[in-house]
Amino acid sequence: MAGRSRIDARKKGACGVLRLVVRRLLQLIPTLLGLSVLLFLWLNRLPGGPASAILGERATEAEVARINRALGLDQPVYIQYWRFLKRIFELDLGTSTQTGQPVWDEFATRFPATVELSIVAILIAIVVGIPLGYLAAKRRGGWVDVASVSGSLIGICIPVFFLALILKGIFAVQLHWFPSYGRLTTGMDATDVTGFAVLDGLLTGEFDASLDAVHHLILPAIALSSIPLAVIVRMTRASVLEVLGEDYVRTAESKGLEKRTVRGRHVLRNALLPVVTAVGLLTGSLLSGAVLTESVFSFNGIGNFIRTSIDARDYPVLVGFILFIAMVYVLINLLVDLAYSIIDPRVRVH
Amino acid sequence: MTKKADKVDRLAELMQTSESTSGASLWREAMRRLRASKMAIIGAVIIALFVVLAIVGPWIAPFSPSAQTWRGEVFANKGEFVGARSGNWFGLDHLGRDMFSRILVGARQTLMVGVVSMLIGLIVGALVGVLSGAAATLGGRTGQRIDTVVMRFTDIMLSLPSLLLAVSIAAVMGQSLTTVMIAVGVVQIPIFARLLRGSMLVQGSSDYVLAAKALGIRKKRIVLTQILPNSLSPVIVQATLSLATAIIEAAALSYLGLGNPDPAIPEWGVMLAQAERFFDNEPMMAAYPAIGIIITALGFTLLGEAMREALDPKLRG
Amino acid sequence: MALLSVEELSVTFTAKGRKDATAVDGVSFDVDQGQVVGLVGESGCGKSVTSLALMGLLPNKGVKIGGRAVFDGQDLLSMSPRKLRDMRGSKLAMIFQDPLSSLNPVVPIGVQVTEILERHRGLKGEAARKEAAHLLDRVGIPDPSRRLKEYPHQLSGGMRQRALIAMAVACAPRLLIADEPTTALDVTIQAQILELLKELVDQEGTALLMITHDLGVVAGICDQVNVLYAGRAVESAGRRELFAHPTHPYAHGLLGSIPRLDAPRGEPLSPIRGSINDRIAWADGCAFAPRCDRYTMECLTGTPELTEPRAAGHQVRCVNPVLPKSKAEVSA
Repeated sequence: MAGRSRIDARKKGACGVLRLVVRRLLQLIPTLLGLSVLLFLWLNRLPGGPASAILGERATEAEVARINRALGLDQPVYIQYWRFLKRIFELDLGTSTQTGQPVWDEFATRFPATVELSIVAILIAIVVGIPLGYLAAKRRGGWVDVASVSGSLIGICIPVFFLALILKGIFAVQLHWFPSYGRLTTGMDATDVTGFAVLDGLLTGEFDASLDAVHHLILPAIALSSIPLAVIVRMTRASVLEVLGEDYVRTAESKGLEKRTVRGRHVLRNALLPVVTAVGLLTGSLLSGAVLTESVFSFNGIGNFIRTSIDARDYPVLVGFILFIAMVYVLINLLVDLAYSIIDPRVRVH
Repeated sequence: MTKKADKVDRLAELMQTSESTSGASLWREAMRRLRASKMAIIGAVIIALFVVLAIVGPWIAPFSPSAQTWRGEVFANKGEFVGARSGNWFGLDHLGRDMFSRILVGARQTLMVGVVSMLIGLIVGALVGVLSGAAATLGGRTGQRIDTVVMRFTDIMLSLPSLLLAVSIAAVMGQSLTTVMIAVGVVQIPIFARLLRGSMLVQGSSDYVLAAKALGIRKKRIVLTQILPNSLSPVIVQATLSLATAIIEAAALSYLGLGNPDPAIPEWGVMLAQAERFFDNEPMMAAYPAIGIIITALGFTLLGEAMREALDPKLRG
Repeated sequence: MALLSVEELSVTFTAKGRKDATAVDGVSFDVDQGQVVGLVGESGCGKSVTSLALMGLLPNKGVKIGGRAVFDGQDLLSMSPRKLRDMRGSKLAMIFQDPLSSLNPVVPIGVQVTEILERHRGLKGEAARKEAAHLLDRVGIPDPSRRLKEYPHQLSGGMRQRALIAMAVACAPRLLIADEPTTALDVTIQAQILELLKELVDQEGTALLMITHDLGVVAGICDQVNVLYAGRAVESAGRRELFAHPTHPYAHGLLGSIPRLDAPRGEPLSPIRGSINDRIAWADGCAFAPRCDRYTMECLTGTPELTEPRAAGHQVRCVNPVLPKSKAEVSA
């Protein structure tokens, strides 16, 4: 009897996770459809319409007409939209007017760089932010608290690109501690396997290339981590403060447990739940930040490509990027939800 | 008889001294906490100074912000700049214009960018939020449907990184300060909408609303006279915080080349963006507008955060 | 000698920009080996703060604690935090009011039980798990080995309180403090939990300090009762003596506030008017005076002393106590 209900409970748990994934993926559909409508309208509203977006502003009328016919713009709107949707499903995001390459390929080659940068930035934010937030809450009103709270408020108020400029100006241009641009030193003979420069070096045994890539990553990652760091510090602090006042922490203390058991198992394990959600929500600001940071450091990721695409009014790239980002954002939040359902047993069962 | 009166008087006197039960209203209590908060005071002082600067700046500026009076002394392409000196306290920019005057005049533009963007977000967002919140509170199948559709829409907007959404709006509208204000404002719409709706739903399920319903007051009346006024405080907090984000995001848009190209109207974000090219030779050219932006944004953030804390019932002791 | 002897315990909360608030204002009482002692009073009378002060669970900052609390020959209030931590959970344990919020929601029950066994009894792994299952069994949780793997939200309210009791008695403490252990539970469960506590106390010879506002609980379990008002004990007596002859007007009023089946029909309840916020400082007089029908000018001049106007060992802090001859006067 007991054995059977235990199996039931476990099955229910696994089912819960699966159901969550399916429900999330289903929720994704209307969101992406709505987004595609917005993008479609946006594309048609662009100055001169898609034709001049493709041809540039000096296109002749004949050319525009030809392109319009080629793109099916003489067709009714719903057919145009249907084609637009079909192309998206085939991952055909069009061709970049800057490079003449398919937008999807351009993203695919540059995405690893941005992912690498973002991961390092978010790692810095987590590794520094959580202990700092915990200390600030624990010694509320002390100097650590005052410093980290004011630090994080200032961090939110500094424009990311200005911080990047300062870091570059001091540590790259003046002190020469770090390189001021790029992902790898020019002339560095590195084999490209995955597109992740650090990982490639490790895979091929070219450790000098890995080290060089890390060296290039540090400054932009610090600049990019400023906002996530500020958010994580404040979030952790607020959350720890709340948990410290909970009854179960008092229970743990009343059991005379070691300080580190109380801290790890009872305070942090609960306090970090909302922080996990916050990290997921930070993805968006991380990608915005990447556009700014990468362009300051000429770091050849998606962000830098977007910056040049804005300058060049490369609309296919911009449209594709927004769609791409929306998918990435939703998928990351799905992952965060899953992680959440694993660490919080209350979500798992319900 | 007198003895009894004495007794009562004495008791009243002792009770007066021992405990004063304060029945302060939520707002009065919040104001009291706000006045006691260092954060709020610093924030308010910064904002007051900034607003004064924005009002009088253009009148007290010693030079015209667009006069390229010292053009012959600055050779930006050779990396030659004129730094701070008497007469030009902040030095000259790459076109030989007085930076100090430009900062003074720019304050007004910067304040305008912040306020207009925030207002666009606030007004449109609040309308959407009230629609959705009222629909959800009034209930019924239609109400629920309206609410669901509106919230799905804000979900879509929120799933996009705000800066990139702003970039795409700016791309349609071309380069100008108006574009920047609209782009930054539109990005704030879903935030305000969600906030007001959420706040209205919380108020809608509270006991006093139930009591009002039980008394037979019409639902629409309850929404307008009870729920809405009580749901506004988080929106006011968000409006203050939004002024800070708007100013910073406007600077970012200018940096991405979507800002106002008109050199005659200085705005701190645009000035900062233009200074980037010369950062290695003359970092101070970027530093002045950047410091202006940081301090102003900090002022709004401090006040907003202090207000949030003051209004948080959980923190009230 | 008493197992726990509390003398003139006072707790004052100090916060910047606010008036100091004294929650406990000179409370004294004893708990003997194996005895069940009740601390009774309305919410806000300082009974919970007293228990937290004894356990050393009040925050370090913003709290001033005075007096002495000698437990097993050592003063709990001046003990080093390290030593107190060793003592908590082993010799001195506590059960709280709300079993759901008192259990960590994201940690299985089993871990929450074994962690105390690891800490104080050095049990590890399978041995700890076995002992934990045994403990759950002992507090009446069926199918303990399955329950160990479950999370608090999967248990019923009564089960949760049983689990908390299992943790509290895991190391056979000499003194168990129970802060309103039945308040958050259904009436039927309340009786079960009280029965369980009584049983554990009888079997192990554990002393129990029962903190409650519920006179029913007091009547059911306590040997000795201390009635608290505004941070001070106003009456202290054995259970039978107190219920038979409540002498302080407050205690008298408390008992008069309970509906009784054996009272003559139609006789009104005699509630105490006002709330605990209608009070004066003990230094000025009797804090209960504003709510008392019997107060005189004498009540408003300084703290009344503890006296024994009725029987030896029945202490009352009142200058105008309810004594047999004045009974007619009260009901009039």
